[in-house]
Amino acid sequence: MERIPILRMGDFLLVTIQVDMHDRLAMTLQEDLTRKIAETGARGVMIDISALEIVDSFIGRMMSHISSMARVLDAKTVVVGMQPAVAITLVELGLSLKGVHTALTVEKGVRYLEDAAGARGRGRTNGRHPK
Amino acid sequence: MVVTRSELLPIRAESEVVGVRQQVRACCVELKFSLVDQTKMVTAASELARNTLIHGKGGTVDLQLVENGDRKGLRLVFEDKGPGIPDIDLALKDGYTTGNGMGLGLGGSKRLVHDFEISSQVGQGTRVAITRWI
Amino acid sequence: MPVTSTIGLGEVLKKNRESLLADWSRDLAGALSRQKDLIRDSELKGQCADFLDQLIRATQSGEVANIQGPHWAGIRDLLNKISASRAVQGFTPTETATFVFSFKKPLFGRLKQEFGQDVEGLFRETWSASLLLDELGIYTTDVYQKSRENVINRQQREMMELSTPVIKLFDKVLALPLIGTLDSARTQTVMESLLKEIVASGSEIAILDITGVPTVDTVVAQHLIKTVTAARLMGAECIISGIRPQIAQTIVHLGINLSDIVTKATLADAFEIALEKTGFSVVQARPEE
Repeated sequence: MERIPILRMGDFLLVTIQVDMHDRLAMTLQEDLTRKIAETGARGVMIDISALEIVDSFIGRMMSHISSMARVLDAKTVVVGMQPAVAITLVELGLSLKGVHTALTVEKGVRYLEDAAGARGRGRTNGRHPK
Repeated sequence: MVVTRSELLPIRAESEVVGVRQQVRACCVELKFSLVDQTKMVTAASELARNTLIHGKGGTVDLQLVENGDRKGLRLVFEDKGPGIPDIDLALKDGYTTGNGMGLGLGGSKRLVHDFEISSQVGQGTRVAITRWI
Repeated sequence: MPVTSTIGLGEVLKKNRESLLADWSRDLAGALSRQKDLIRDSELKGQCADFLDQLIRATQSGEVANIQGPHWAGIRDLLNKISASRAVQGFTPTETATFVFSFKKPLFGRLKQEFGQDVEGLFRETWSASLLLDELGIYTTDVYQKSRENVINRQQREMMELSTPVIKLFDKVLALPLIGTLDSARTQTVMESLLKEIVASGSEIAILDITGVPTVDTVVAQHLIKTVTAARLMGAECIISGIRPQIAQTIVHLGINLSDIVTKATLADAFEIALEKTGFSVVQARPEE
């Protein structure tokens, strides 16, 4: 079955969405990501949507769910590269994507994840060791 | 309003929802909509196609090129023979789009287009027509 | 020689084409005399001839009640062209409609000749010709209005684009001085310009300065909030500056909630905040000894 590949970047996971996803593919991505965060103990997830020309309420909810599930697993999520037309449409649609952190570019997204992970690391007494 | 071209597409499976998005996009490009207007129309179509599939248990969408005087536009008519919507006003309220599962997406879609008509009979089906003008 | 009452408008027109044309274009040139330099006499006469010929053709069908019908497409097209060109040339709507209405005088003169003693026939034909020309005259006015509206719409769009400059204040900081009313069309333009510039410059902060926005009511506030939300969705923050005391009062009075947006009274204050947020500060350089 076709799946969206999840890449590992050190402590973080990176997902690049480049296809027009049908709903089942989106659900599969959600499940795969959750599983992978748990398996790898990743501290952060970056979802690159710079190639996505359409983000409707289903995809929006998917991103909110991924963010919530990651949080439960103590990982931060950042969505990067949203296209202007998509942002304008989402605002009109009434989707504010609360709980989902966004960044303009991959670089800024990585910086956000590193800062967040770093801040958490300092507060830990016996931290998990990522595999 | 005059319909100058009409194309009926089935919405029976998720893959066909993707197909609807692509066809609507193609029509928008043909009509030379701006990028933002294209995005709005395709997104609205995606919401309504999904409604037709999931809530309406499958149906059709008619892609119509329309003209009103010297205005040109794209009209999409979604029809299904599903359970219908008992309270349309409630369904159009925004609570339904902010992710409580059902996500009828109707209220949001209405804001993305110029003209929005909806009719529904419980037990008989639903019909939603949206239009965007150049 | 007087004719029976069965003669129709079409025949009268056909029979008297040359004399009608001569009288009409002379009258018309007289009526438009103050605009002599806007249109040449020969062009005007040409338009009259075209109109007359189209009218003859249309009335052959016998169908004079409905000028929207297919037989009248030819004359409608002609009037579209004439009216649109008058609008562009700078004629007033009255002068444009005069083109059609001035035809009444020569036409009624001919009708009187043709009908002679047949008073009923004369009245009937004059009345229906008058109604017809009224409709055609009003049609030219409608077309004229539409052309002017198109010109105004185009100019409005161009003005909107010119009046929303996005300024790069500093590395990663943009400023958008909003001047004038903020309606939904303008908000769309503002959002598009701002978001495009955010992507192009990689800016993380945008200052929306509303010093030049005369009133802020709930609708305008909604437009501002939309813009801020759109920028935030992409990963950039907005600061709203230029909030005059009266505006602050209105906002509180109307119960508008701007609590999750940073707002400042002046652009200067907003700029300081923006610098802090991007990790910069302004330091006085050491004075030269």
